[in-house]
Amino acid sequence: MGQIQLKQVTKSFGDVQVIPPLDLTIKDGEFTVFVGPSGCGKSTLLRLIAGLEDITSGHIEIDGTDATDLVPAKRGLAMVFQSYALYPHMSVRKNIAFPLRMAKMDQSEIDRRVNAAAEVLNLADYIDRKPGQLSGGQRQRVAIGRAIVREPSAFLFDEPLSNLDAALRVGMRMEISELHKKLATTMVYVTHDQVEAMTMADKIVVLQAGVIEQVGSPLELYRAPRNTFVAGFIGSPKMNLITGEEATKHNAATIGIRPEHIDVVQSDGMWQGTVGVAEHLGSDTFFHIHNTGLAETLTVRAIGDISLTHGDTIHLNPRMDELHRFDAGGLRIA
Amino acid sequence: MATKASRSAARIMMAPAVILLLGWMLVPLIMTLWFSFRVYLPLRGGDQGWAGFDNYTRFVTSSAFWPSVQTTLIIVLGVLAITVIFGILIALLLDQPIWGQGVVRILVIAPFFVMPTVSALVWKNMFMDPVNGLFAHLWRFFGAEPVSWLSDASMGSIIMIVSWQWLPFATLILLTAVQSLDSEQLEAAEMDGAPFLKRFWFIVLPHLSRAITIVILIQTIFLLAIFAEIFVTTGGAFGTRTLSYLIFQRVLESQNVGLGSAGGVYAIILANIIAIFLMRIVGKNLD
Repeated sequence: MGQIQLKQVTKSFGDVQVIPPLDLTIKDGEFTVFVGPSGCGKSTLLRLIAGLEDITSGHIEIDGTDATDLVPAKRGLAMVFQSYALYPHMSVRKNIAFPLRMAKMDQSEIDRRVNAAAEVLNLADYIDRKPGQLSGGQRQRVAIGRAIVREPSAFLFDEPLSNLDAALRVGMRMEISELHKKLATTMVYVTHDQVEAMTMADKIVVLQAGVIEQVGSPLELYRAPRNTFVAGFIGSPKMNLITGEEATKHNAATIGIRPEHIDVVQSDGMWQGTVGVAEHLGSDTFFHIHNTGLAETLTVRAIGDISLTHGDTIHLNPRMDELHRFDAGGLRIA
Repeated sequence: MATKASRSAARIMMAPAVILLLGWMLVPLIMTLWFSFRVYLPLRGGDQGWAGFDNYTRFVTSSAFWPSVQTTLIIVLGVLAITVIFGILIALLLDQPIWGQGVVRILVIAPFFVMPTVSALVWKNMFMDPVNGLFAHLWRFFGAEPVSWLSDASMGSIIMIVSWQWLPFATLILLTAVQSLDSEQLEAAEMDGAPFLKRFWFIVLPHLSRAITIVILIQTIFLLAIFAEIFVTTGGAFGTRTLSYLIFQRVLESQNVGLGSAGGVYAIILANIIAIFLMRIVGKNLD
């Protein structure tokens, strides 16, 4: 079990309301990702769910019971922190056993659970070391281990991968996803990295200034962003958002076209311009294009290695069926 | 300091400071050792030649010696216990966000700036005086007989005065340690189901162990040598004669420099024994 429901939840720090009234349901077993730029309130929201911050008004229900006034320990949630928050003076084994010791569990049961967690996360080799002797990825595993031994109804992750290097981040991303499949427990994951959100989530919650901009599966958000903020935030490289005359042609205030939905053609493209920067990745080539007659610089993703470089003229054809249209308020026009 | 040339240059440049400090330490030490083997009575004929180990045996067989060692240890341990325990509690309180935090912190540190002689006199005359002291008034207010603190509870009084002086030091060091604790660790422990006291015991206290070690080591060094507080309050009477006070009495009151110097050498030995024990017990926290 692990259904979390937020009803009209708000949070203010002094006079500043960081989270205006907000409703959200996180279903049992779902991998939900809160994503948004820094300072958008996603970590605050997670801390409200965890109980580390008091909510100003509204209700939080966990598994149908009101948890608004419950202390963190009684909510049955486990949290993995950005800094891992391992206890530096305890060995890995003691770190993982700590929540069980606090729950006054039998020593034999503690050993059984710690060993099981160590096996799941491949911690056995360094179970008797101190956190200071571990690498970032290993510490991350220990922090997850400390969360899973409690067999919580939901896991909360607060930007757990942001302290890892890029290669390790990809690896840990996979491990967390696999762990979710294996445990089938609700997970709430906060990140500012939309790639993490897209690759891991069952459901993405896009936040801006404490307001939910859109909730949906990764592909729903990719295919049908509800507004220009979500359109610009989801997808890498970012969607081209074009305003002005070109948008008016399509009866919209803003039109959006993803870089991968613009084809590079030999001649007679709808747009043409000069290449500013060309990023050759081998599998793809990203072009940043100026002088197209549009107000904005265009980003184009072409498959394979295309041998155009700085200063070359490029001809482009957007796929009209992939065009997104937004009104003056930034909302999507169906 | 990578090359041979820069290493030797560094040595030459450090030499004056090292030689000065070494001299500063060695000259008094050697003089103490020298006098401790002499019969040296400044008012009764001055230096009267070689004494062998007479001074050492006389000092240690005097009936005042072992009680003075005991007194020294009781004062050191008492003050350490009070300053560490209350230092931790006050540090935890000062870490809470309160109005006027900066002013409160400076006020808490203030006793450390008061000279030992002055603070001991203030305590003796303003608080502990059995007739006019604040405590006497307080006791009488509740209808109790005022306590003659410095004669009836002499050790407790001295420990209280010295603790009052050293509490700010302990608080200050422990406060910086408390502030350096990662708040996410406490939150993690909270999520893990540890109530306040267990968070303190399992997370805060281990985090403070290094700071506590430093407080204990530094304070021990200074507390072994406390003198002014005893000099201006009890004058070594009522069982408050510490080893350093005994040495003072041998040298200045008995005018026996040789005997006092032998006591000084014993004090050095005692300090080293305590230092070794301390390093064994708490020093492992420092690596």
